[in-house]
Amino acid sequence: MFTIPRIWREKKQRYRLEGSKCKKCSYTSFPPRKVCPKCGSEELEIIKLPETGKILTYTIVRNAPIGFTEFAPYAVGVIELEDGTRMLAQIVDSNFEDIDIGKKVKLVFRKLFSEGEAGVIIYGHKCKLI
Amino acid sequence: MREVAVVGIGITKFGALWDKSLRDLAIEASLEAINDSGVDHIDSMYVGNFSAGTLIEQEHIAPLVADYLGQNPIPATRIENACASGASALKMGFIEVASGMSDVVMVLGVEKMTDVTTPQAVYSLSLAADREYEGYQGITFPALFALVAKRHMFEFGTTRKQLSLVAVKNHKNASKNPKAQFHNIITTEDVEKSPMIADPLHLFDCSPITDGAAAVVLMPLEKAKKLNNHKIVKIAGIGQASDTIAIYQRESFVSFNATIKAAEIAYKMADKRPEDIDVAEVHDCFTIAEICTIEDLGFFEKGKGGEAIENGLTDIDGKIPVNPSGGLKGKGHPVGATGVAQIVNLVEQLRGEAGENQVKDPKIALAHNLGGSGSTVVVTILEVA
Amino acid sequence: MIGIVGYGSYIPWRRIRIEEIAKVWKQDAEVLKRGLLIKEKTVPAKDEDSVTIAFEASKNALKRAQINPEDIGAVYIGSESKPYAVKPSSSIIADALGISPIVHTADYEFACKAGSESVFVSYSLVKAGLVKFALGVGSDTSQGAPRDALEYTASAGGAAFIMGSENIIAEVIETFSYTTDTPDFWRRDGQFYPNHTGPFTGEPAYFTHIINSAKGLMEKAGVSPKEITYAVFHQPNGRFPLRVGKRLGFTKEQLEPGWIVPEVGNTYSGCSLLGFTAVLDIAKEGDIILLTSFGSGAGSDSFLFRITKRLEEVRGNAPTLKDMLNRKHYVDYATYAYLRGKILMGKEG
Repeated sequence: MFTIPRIWREKKQRYRLEGSKCKKCSYTSFPPRKVCPKCGSEELEIIKLPETGKILTYTIVRNAPIGFTEFAPYAVGVIELEDGTRMLAQIVDSNFEDIDIGKKVKLVFRKLFSEGEAGVIIYGHKCKLI
Repeated sequence: MREVAVVGIGITKFGALWDKSLRDLAIEASLEAINDSGVDHIDSMYVGNFSAGTLIEQEHIAPLVADYLGQNPIPATRIENACASGASALKMGFIEVASGMSDVVMVLGVEKMTDVTTPQAVYSLSLAADREYEGYQGITFPALFALVAKRHMFEFGTTRKQLSLVAVKNHKNASKNPKAQFHNIITTEDVEKSPMIADPLHLFDCSPITDGAAAVVLMPLEKAKKLNNHKIVKIAGIGQASDTIAIYQRESFVSFNATIKAAEIAYKMADKRPEDIDVAEVHDCFTIAEICTIEDLGFFEKGKGGEAIENGLTDIDGKIPVNPSGGLKGKGHPVGATGVAQIVNLVEQLRGEAGENQVKDPKIALAHNLGGSGSTVVVTILEVA
Repeated sequence: MIGIVGYGSYIPWRRIRIEEIAKVWKQDAEVLKRGLLIKEKTVPAKDEDSVTIAFEASKNALKRAQINPEDIGAVYIGSESKPYAVKPSSSIIADALGISPIVHTADYEFACKAGSESVFVSYSLVKAGLVKFALGVGSDTSQGAPRDALEYTASAGGAAFIMGSENIIAEVIETFSYTTDTPDFWRRDGQFYPNHTGPFTGEPAYFTHIINSAKGLMEKAGVSPKEITYAVFHQPNGRFPLRVGKRLGFTKEQLEPGWIVPEVGNTYSGCSLLGFTAVLDIAKEGDIILLTSFGSGAGSDSFLFRITKRLEEVRGNAPTLKDMLNRKHYVDYATYAYLRGKILMGKEG
């Protein structure tokens, strides 16, 4: 069930890749947080995340959940961006056999899903091998 | 805190139980546990259930179960912590007895998953992950654990065969468990030839969608001794820990920190070490989870879990029997019921009533219940009193 | 001086060869390739649409422009394959690029010239002094009906141009538009595939408007074909742009760098603009470039640009069209049909 207000509220993260950085210990997080999970500080600033990184681990989803079956099979991986921030992203436009732990990726703007033919389309970032 | 004993156990058959509703399953397990305990009343109850709202469009199921058990007006509360709902409910029941607030508390775990289609059940399960930042990238639970498997294989050389052997062992054990969902024996080839769900996990690496319920009755140890109908089993230690909701924010992808922390608390409380454990039921929602867990619990060194399974160290006659009931893979995984079902199976082991899967003379048992991708873990240590 | 401050192109990763399509309809691939002068065309991924393509092209334009997105005062997108019939693509792009909320946006439609319209309006707004920078984009993932001639050529891609009055890389010397009501190609609301009139799309539509627009521009600017370095025309197939170029008096060398349709296909609103980015990828200071688009319905927008020194300084900040042409993956017809939604699927779940 895709609720419009929530999707709209979270667009800064999906569209503009806004994360947060702890002013005290420099820990960066995506999505932005109000409390630093490392040092507990409440002083965090919004940052724009870098657009390149590397794959820490990945898998290929063959049985997709509802809303994603039209894209299956697709690769998805934990990406560590240049500044250390982690995110989970689909790895698109890449041959499955070329994907591996350690490979470099760059973020791209794609459709995440839509609620059928008549529903709103949600856009966000995935990544591809470079 | 008073010491707490498990005086009654009950469990339904696990499987796709088309003619049983959630109410039917809840009542069946509860009555079995109450009758097994010999108590004449219960003071309070906790119900572990993950997602009755999405699966059968019913929230507020705790008073519903109390109602249909004829137990109104006793206090009844539902506890939800994804797949760790069962053991989380157990911890609440434990606290209510240990604190002296109540003398007889029933803890039930129940899940009815097969009224909806499989894709809908898979959708329900996915709500236990980070919806916005993992769900929106098309993640599924097999995919989350596949990320762990890939990394575990990369860091430690864990093999595809070692993953398969977990499923093979658990099916073998389940085949001798009359209440288990699956009774078929499988080979490593069966596992590796089953459809790929999320590389490297195949269908047979994944626990199934299951209906079922399990219940236990708790009493203070001193009063339990007066009941005099079973070997007394006490909860010697119980620990719980949390971790990030999203797997991508974890420190490590090959270790579940919540397992390590929860186990630390349980071991300390019970004054036991990993080598003292005689039998364990761990959360093998996916084969890789069992491998990581036996390492995180301290049974084997980090990275050596696969090897241990390959060498038969976790078989029923092995150094540390793991999942003699068949685990989630063989027995089935009715989400909210699993944590309580593990306790039921271990109490059977400690009482010497585990039938063909009986481990030789166990005194100390450990249950490990994990929620989501490891965001909640509850570890319980049971001991013959 | 008003002109382009940054430009960007984008084409999808996947391609389908003419042979693959011809095989299914039992048509002669070699005859088709010779007739259309097209080898293969781009195919968008299931998670790409004219909005995602417009975003990527615009991102590349921003990398070359090196400006603060918040200084862009207007965003215009032209497409004939918008994901929504009602809901702007331009607001999504403006928000996603960090341009919102102090910005004017609009979605344009004029068949294949919707992109050049966006560029024209962006340029005009900057020239009028109403905004500091304006972004104009042409992007499409157009459909060709199965077994129809357009199935061989309709492809996906986009180009974006940020117009401004400082740090110009290509100055706009002159513009000239030519429009009549000529129904050569159209798609009614709710229809999945377009209709076209075969030969009528040639002389009365494509050639009349391009020639009148290009001639009008050259007359207004007082230049002859010899004084122009490169000419880029709308490319619905490989033959038309070469023919119209010749008729206007251009040589093959002047037409070659902007002639990208053999490997890309016809990206509709992105078409002539993408050809133009291919020229910008290699042009030098002082080069004069003619760009004439064509949109069915019908009309042509012409622009005359002069390249500045700055182009070579910023060109390397984003990938060239050639970089993107070199990274590709071929699909077969079944995969192509699935990706383009031509297969009737069952209910999900």
